Amino acid sequence: MKIAIASGKGGTGKTTIAVNLAKNLAQQVQLVDCDVEEPNCHLFLHGDKTETEVVNLPMPEIITSRCDGCGECSDFCEFNALATFGGPPVIFPELCHACGGCRIVCTRKAIVEVDKRIGIIDSINVDKITFLQGVLDIGVQSAVALVDKLKQKNDPSIHTIFDAPPGTSCPVVATLQGVDYVLLVTEPTPFGLNDLKLAVLLVRELKIPFGVIVNRMGIGDRRVHEFCEKDAIPILMEIPDDRRIAEAYSKGHSIVDVFPEYQNRFKELSDSLFKNSDKKNGGNSVLRSNKSGDLYNIKDQSIV
Amino acid sequence: MKIAFTTSGKDMEATLDPRFGRVAGFIVYDLETLETKLIDNSQNSGAVQGAGINAAETIIRAGANCLVTGNCGPKAFRVLQAAGVKVYSSEAQSLTDALDAFRSGTLVEMNTANVKGHW
Repeated sequence: MKIAIASGKGGTGKTTIAVNLAKNLAQQVQLVDCDVEEPNCHLFLHGDKTETEVVNLPMPEIITSRCDGCGECSDFCEFNALATFGGPPVIFPELCHACGGCRIVCTRKAIVEVDKRIGIIDSINVDKITFLQGVLDIGVQSAVALVDKLKQKNDPSIHTIFDAPPGTSCPVVATLQGVDYVLLVTEPTPFGLNDLKLAVLLVRELKIPFGVIVNRMGIGDRRVHEFCEKDAIPILMEIPDDRRIAEAYSKGHSIVDVFPEYQNRFKELSDSLFKNSDKKNGGNSVLRSNKSGDLYNIKDQSIV
Repeated sequence: MKIAFTTSGKDMEATLDPRFGRVAGFIVYDLETLETKLIDNSQNSGAVQGAGINAAETIIRAGANCLVTGNCGPKAFRVLQAAGVKVYSSEAQSLTDALDAFRSGTLVEMNTANVKGHW
C-alpha cells in the first residue's frame, strides 16, 4: 500500500501528518520525503544514516569534430536546452530534462551523454521506519528526476508513505503517480480551500482515491467543510489550531510524542488506511467521516 | 548588415517591443538593400522555458548581425554573443526612431545581459 500526503497549499501540515502516521504504524513502514527542494521530515526523525546515494542525470555533450551544425538537436528539444546556428550547439544543461532525444535525432552521432550530478538520496533507519529523503542540489531544476529516482528505491513489499511537495506542479504529479491513496491536508481558510480545489482536480485527473485532513481547525471558516460535503469528499481527520502543537513542532517533536491523546487518533487513521488496502475490493474510497468526525465504512456503516 | 528589431507590428512604423524572448515577432532590416523581412516568433509565447534562447537562434538563423530591443536576459545574451550578434538596448518608441538612433551611433552596445532571466 502506498499513500501520499499532498496539499495544494504549502504549510498546511503534510510533514506533520506523514511523520505522525509513520510513527504510529505498528508494522515496518517506509517514509519517503519527496519534497526534494525543501525536505523537512528529517527534522522530526533522528536515526542512523545507512547510505547516501549520489543521483546523476545524463546530459548531452557534443563531439565537435562530428557535428555539422545541422540544428536537428535544438529543433527537437522542447525545452530549448540547445541552440544551433551553423556550428556546434550551445548547451544549457540547467534547462535539460535528460530525455536523450537530441542524441537520438543526431544523424552524425555527435552527441554523447555524460552524467551530471543533480542531488542525493539519504537512507536513514529510525526504529521501524525506513526513511528516504531526496535533496536536490542548489541551482538544479530537475526535481522530477530526483523524485522518480526516490520512487525507484521504494520497496513495494512494505507499506509506504510519500510526503509530497506543496502545490500541483510536475514534482507533485511525479510523487502521486502510482500511489493507492492520497491524503490532502488543508486548513479551513480561503487560501486553503482555493488550493485544495486545485489538488482535488489533480488527484481526480490521476484517478486516485483520496480523503481530506483539515489542520488548524478553529481558524478561518466552514467553507472547506461545505466544499467537501457538497463533493462527497471524506474528511478523515481534524486537528485543532493548538499552540502546544506549534511549540512542539518548533522543537522538532512529533505530535504523538508529546500529546499521547493524539496517538489513538493517528493510529486509527493509519490502521484504517492500511488495513483497508488489504481488502481486495474495499479500497479507501469507501471511507467517509460522519458529522462528529468519526470515520466509518459506507459499506457496512461500521466505525473504524 | 542586418538589424533585428523586436516588435508586434508589421513595418518600420511599428512600436519597438522591449521584450525579446517572448516578443510576437522580429523585423529584420537590411542596411544595404533597405529591405525588411518579418519573422514570426509566436511559437515562443507558450514556451515552457528557454524562450530567449530560441528567439536568439531564430534571429541568428535569419542572418541578423545586430539586435535592437529593450531587454535581453543572460541565456539569450550568451547565444547571441556566441554567434557574434551585437545587442543594443533602446527606449525608442518606433522602429524608425530606433533605426535613426542606430545610424547616428547613439545606441550603446550591451556587453552583458541587462536583465535577469524571467525578469
